Amino acid sequence: MIQAILVFNNHGKPRLVRFYQRFPEEIQQQIVRETFHLVLKRDDNICNFLEGGSLIGGPDYKLIYRHYATLYFVFCVDSSESELGILDLIQVFVETLDKCFENVCELDLIFHMDKGGLSAAPARAVSAVKNINLPEIPRNINIGDLNIKVPNLSQFV
Amino acid sequence: MALKMVKGSIDRMFDKNLQDLVRGIRNHKEDEAKYISQCIDEIKQELKQDNIAVKANAVCKLTYLQMLGYDISWAAFNIIEVMSASKFTFKRIGYLAASQCFHEGTDVIMLTTNQIRKDLSSPSQYDTGVALTGLSCFVTPDLARDLANDIMTLMSHTKPYIRKKAVLIMYKVFLKYPESLRPAFPRLKEKLEDPDPGVQSAAVNVICELARRNPKNYLSLAPLFFKLMTSSTNNWVLIKIIKLFGALTPLEPRLGKKLIEPLTNLIHSTSAMSLLYECVNTVIAVLISLSSGMPNHSASIQLCVQKLRILIEDSDQNLKYLGLLAMSKILRTHPKSVQAHKDLVLQCLDDKDESIRLRALDLLYGMVSKKNLVEIVKKLMSHVDKAEGTTYRDELLTKIIDICSQCNYQHVTNFQWYISVLVELTRLEGTRHGHLIAAQMLDVAIRVRAIRKFAVSQMSALLDSTHLVASSTQRSGICEVLYAAAWICGEFSEHLQEPHQTLEAMLRPKVTTLPGHIQAVYVQNVVKLYASILQQKEQAAEPEAAQDVTQLMVDRLPQFVQSADLEVQERASCILQLVKHIQKLQAKDVPVAEEVSALFAGELNPVAPKAQKKVPVPEGLDLDAWINEPPSDSESEDEKPKGIFHEEEQRHAKQQLPEADEEELARRREARKQEQANNPFYIKSSPSPQKRYQDMPGVEHIPVVQIDLSVPLKVPGMPMSDQYVKLEEERRHRQRLEKDRKKKKKKDKEKKGKPRHHGSLHTESDEDITPAQQVDIVTEEMPENALPSDEDDKDPNDPYRALDIDLDKPLADSEKLPVQKHRNVDNSKSADKEDVPVVEKKIKKPKKKEKKHREKEREEKGKEKEGEDLDFWLSTTPLPAAAPALEEPEVNAVITAPKEEGEEPRREEQGDEEEDDDSERDPEKKSSKRKKKKHKKEKEERSKDKKKSKKKKPPSDKAAEPVENGALDEEPLPPMSSYCLLAENSYIRMTYDIQGSLQKDSQVTVSVVLENQSCSFLKNMELNVLDSLNTKLARPEGSSVHDGVPVPFQLPPGISNEAQFVFTIQSIVMAQKLKGTLSFIAKNDEGSTHEKLDFKLHFSCTSYLVTTPCYSDAFAKLLESGDLSMSSIKVDGISMSFQNLLAKICFHHHFSVVERVDSCASMYSRSIQGHHVCLLMKKGEKSVSIDGKCSDSTLLSNLLEELKATLAKC
Repeated sequence: MIQAILVFNNHGKPRLVRFYQRFPEEIQQQIVRETFHLVLKRDDNICNFLEGGSLIGGPDYKLIYRHYATLYFVFCVDSSESELGILDLIQVFVETLDKCFENVCELDLIFHMDKGGLSAAPARAVSAVKNINLPEIPRNINIGDLNIKVPNLSQFV
Repeated sequence: MALKMVKGSIDRMFDKNLQDLVRGIRNHKEDEAKYISQCIDEIKQELKQDNIAVKANAVCKLTYLQMLGYDISWAAFNIIEVMSASKFTFKRIGYLAASQCFHEGTDVIMLTTNQIRKDLSSPSQYDTGVALTGLSCFVTPDLARDLANDIMTLMSHTKPYIRKKAVLIMYKVFLKYPESLRPAFPRLKEKLEDPDPGVQSAAVNVICELARRNPKNYLSLAPLFFKLMTSSTNNWVLIKIIKLFGALTPLEPRLGKKLIEPLTNLIHSTSAMSLLYECVNTVIAVLISLSSGMPNHSASIQLCVQKLRILIEDSDQNLKYLGLLAMSKILRTHPKSVQAHKDLVLQCLDDKDESIRLRALDLLYGMVSKKNLVEIVKKLMSHVDKAEGTTYRDELLTKIIDICSQCNYQHVTNFQWYISVLVELTRLEGTRHGHLIAAQMLDVAIRVRAIRKFAVSQMSALLDSTHLVASSTQRSGICEVLYAAAWICGEFSEHLQEPHQTLEAMLRPKVTTLPGHIQAVYVQNVVKLYASILQQKEQAAEPEAAQDVTQLMVDRLPQFVQSADLEVQERASCILQLVKHIQKLQAKDVPVAEEVSALFAGELNPVAPKAQKKVPVPEGLDLDAWINEPPSDSESEDEKPKGIFHEEEQRHAKQQLPEADEEELARRREARKQEQANNPFYIKSSPSPQKRYQDMPGVEHIPVVQIDLSVPLKVPGMPMSDQYVKLEEERRHRQRLEKDRKKKKKKDKEKKGKPRHHGSLHTESDEDITPAQQVDIVTEEMPENALPSDEDDKDPNDPYRALDIDLDKPLADSEKLPVQKHRNVDNSKSADKEDVPVVEKKIKKPKKKEKKHREKEREEKGKEKEGEDLDFWLSTTPLPAAAPALEEPEVNAVITAPKEEGEEPRREEQGDEEEDDDSERDPEKKSSKRKKKKHKKEKEERSKDKKKSKKKKPPSDKAAEPVENGALDEEPLPPMSSYCLLAENSYIRMTYDIQGSLQKDSQVTVSVVLENQSCSFLKNMELNVLDSLNTKLARPEGSSVHDGVPVPFQLPPGISNEAQFVFTIQSIVMAQKLKGTLSFIAKNDEGSTHEKLDFKLHFSCTSYLVTTPCYSDAFAKLLESGDLSMSSIKVDGISMSFQNLLAKICFHHHFSVVERVDSCASMYSRSIQGHHVCLLMKKGEKSVSIDGKCSDSTLLSNLLEELKATLAKC
């Protein structure tokens, strides 16, 4: 199960926050901050897995993240997820955003919060992904190969 | 800005949309909070307006603010308003906001139930979709209960988009409302074979998630998953399934054997790293579950380890990480195969990536042996010195302790070395694990008798050194070790070299800066120390020295009496009085040492952590029984606690602080509880002393001070562990020489000093090393007759526990999902009972026979279907092509196919009273039962009626029956049947019914009841029809269109049974008639004859309709949409009551009533191909008019013709 999807910038400003488990707002912010500090410390050339922060979940949970330009994409998942699969999912997610906005950058996420793009993209990526469910989006992708080309984005955007 | 403020509120709404808000926030970097609060005020204004667009915009902005951490729960009601907007774009905003901020505590959430239900049944798939998505985030137990049935219906929606979402959200529903799992499970299982890959994958995900928590209930699905695994090419699905198998194999080793081969194949063939990795993981799980008896397993392990090594050696850090992770799993059962890669692991310890180092540390745990423990720990100690982050250093520390203490210190041969390692670890400033070190020190000192002397000397040195006490001012966790040091020195004071010096160290004023619980231990152990010194001095006949010591105590103890910590204060004042008393006695030259030592006589034995729990309850003791009668309610609540305190006071009265008030006593009790936790007497009896320490205030929040440790701190007067390493090496060397000598003498003597209680896992090479000391590891005490139990670790609060439900048991009647019902359902039911009983009684006898027959037949079928039986499946040879085992024998194909749709009426017909006796494990049965919930009422009627039809009563078409949502009248309705006569001759009578299912848009199931009317035995029945272009009988694979389909049973005289046949249909807009023949052999006393019965199977348009509930607003929307063509009919001369008419049309033509007003009703139905059919029926004086609207005009006109025919009969 995916527990949360966090997107924030290099300064820890949340750009997109989605929790699939109820946390009060303050805790949510605390989680974002803590996660930010955890990933910030890490170089780009070390592995993308982090054993959970103290706030979300226990030992069963992992943070899986990717860093693109000014944005961090962090997924908090439990042990029923394939780590490499989630990494690919993040890639797909970003590529999708890229298709939505043409050369996606942080500003797109900020300014199109409501545009079919943003409020829908997370909601859909997520609805697709929800409860770890990535049913059809990446169906033709050979997981593990990170140079994926997403063939079938129309249903996703 | 100012101008904006002046503008009217109506204008403002157009001014600030989300973009403006975001832009504004960016422009107000300095006073963001102020700007936002201003915006929130504006939003509040906007929410007060009636315009839904304004509200939606406001809610949209709130959603953004929520992300920034602002509480928007105050707008919950407005969010609901926006959710109920009719426009999709607004609705979506509403649901998004709801999913972000609603939760179980939101009180308005109960208002949403109907709105959500409405959206779920909306004709627009996007409305339904957005409702499902939103619901998944805020579903509550109430919502889950109320909507479970609606969502379950959606699982069979025509659109895969909806099916997929419905399947996924069922998981959340199960979590919140576990009762829904059993009724919904059969349908969920069906979805595993959904034609749409998305839906299939969703179902796999949900079941995997369920099975992960309670694997044993899902074992029976293994064959199905196995089939999926061997056939699917979707890596996402494969990963999930493979992970699921990983969870299942520990429960069923036979499954593991079956899996190994296909998994190995996948490992060899796949190019996807993630799949490879999961396969390796599952193979590991399989290997763990299997006893290592099988020869080819070592090959599998080797393969795994090899692949993992490739991962670890990869330059991609992610793969390296995962490789190590998986390796640690192999380690648990096959340490030897991993030990071969020690070089790799040690190399990873130096990796720059902390996550990888941590994983490598995990592996080290299994790599140690007696031989290399010292070496590995030495390496770790050097890492400790180098480590920059405290987290990593703490991790190292715990690992060192874990490694050394594993399996009862199995690998530690020299406890002097270990103690010195522990002492060295106390140099770590800022670690949170001081208590861990302390626990180890205590454990070793208590359980290894031989080491006590050494331990005491080390501990006294620790007490002497000032750095630990000093550190306590920074509230560092490391001062916890003083707790252990003080206790060890006190308890084993007879071993102390210079007890006096230690005593002084413990009474230093600085000690008062330590945390209370440590001071308390100090105070207590000072007395023990004092007692032993007294004894020493008296034996040595030095009364002067003894008095000096007493004086020292009297001088120093008052500093503890003043302590703010209650525990310390209490103990200190108690002891101070005691010492003063001793002083008096000493002045009179009375020898006191004996008596004082007697205070601490006896030895403490370690107690196993679970010992307390395992004390068996003595016979005759009822723990639940009241000892005294519970206080009556009349007693005021305040009195009770007072009573307790009163007693307490009495008990303490003789002690200090007589002025203590109740509050303080309560506090003191609390402190005592804590003391118990910290008291060394309890050291092993509490489940986790460490945890208690953590719970203590202050320890967790200790600010951590970083100290540059590039120059290791030396504890003055402390031997470094390195010295012991050298000593140990020398010792071993000597030993080896000695052994060689012995060998020369050819005497194979048993080694002396072999530890008594070492674990059983020795490697040969390990045994060569004898421990330095006579190590006596005292086993932990357990009470006599302790009950063995493995349930110790189960957490009763696990939310997934509720989902531990046996899914193979047949559904009971009570387990139905709640369905919205009209109030008078009960009415009609009771009315019915009055009608039927006579008939029922008559039925009973033949019924039973029939039942038996059917049971037998079902058993046979069950045997044939053993392919699905888990045991059978598992016992077959593990061919890679084991999947075919699932396929059923050809004969059955026809019969079973429709069953899988869960729509077969035969099962329905069997009435509820049969359920108890014929409930075999037939999984399909559940599906029919599930359907029952939906049409329960209807079915009851039908089943009774069918029994009647079997009793040679012609199916009464005249009858009418209440349909669940048509039953608004009080008037009891005669039962009716949807079965009509197909053909009849002297031998046999055939009645049939046709049913469609929303899941299969080009299939209907024809159920034919065959009743033997003769006294011959009928067998070899075969049904054949002449296919038309449009409608074809589904025949078993491989047979031609001219072949008949055998009926899977025989009919003794007077017996009836039902067979089902599936027909495929292309177009459903026209009615169809198919000619057919039933051929059979009739056998009686005179011989057997070959007989035939021709029939015409009438596929009316009605039979393609499926009763689908529809809500009035969705209905209205549908009608407004203008996509429907319209037509109408009028029939005169009808005398039947409107209610009966309505019920009849609903029943025979598969409609559901949307709304009814007096003699006017709107109805809805849907065809198996998704056509909407809406009817408006009005009754006049003697006539009935029906207006119909439908997505297909031909279908509509045909349907109306059929309706007309029905009405004409009334």
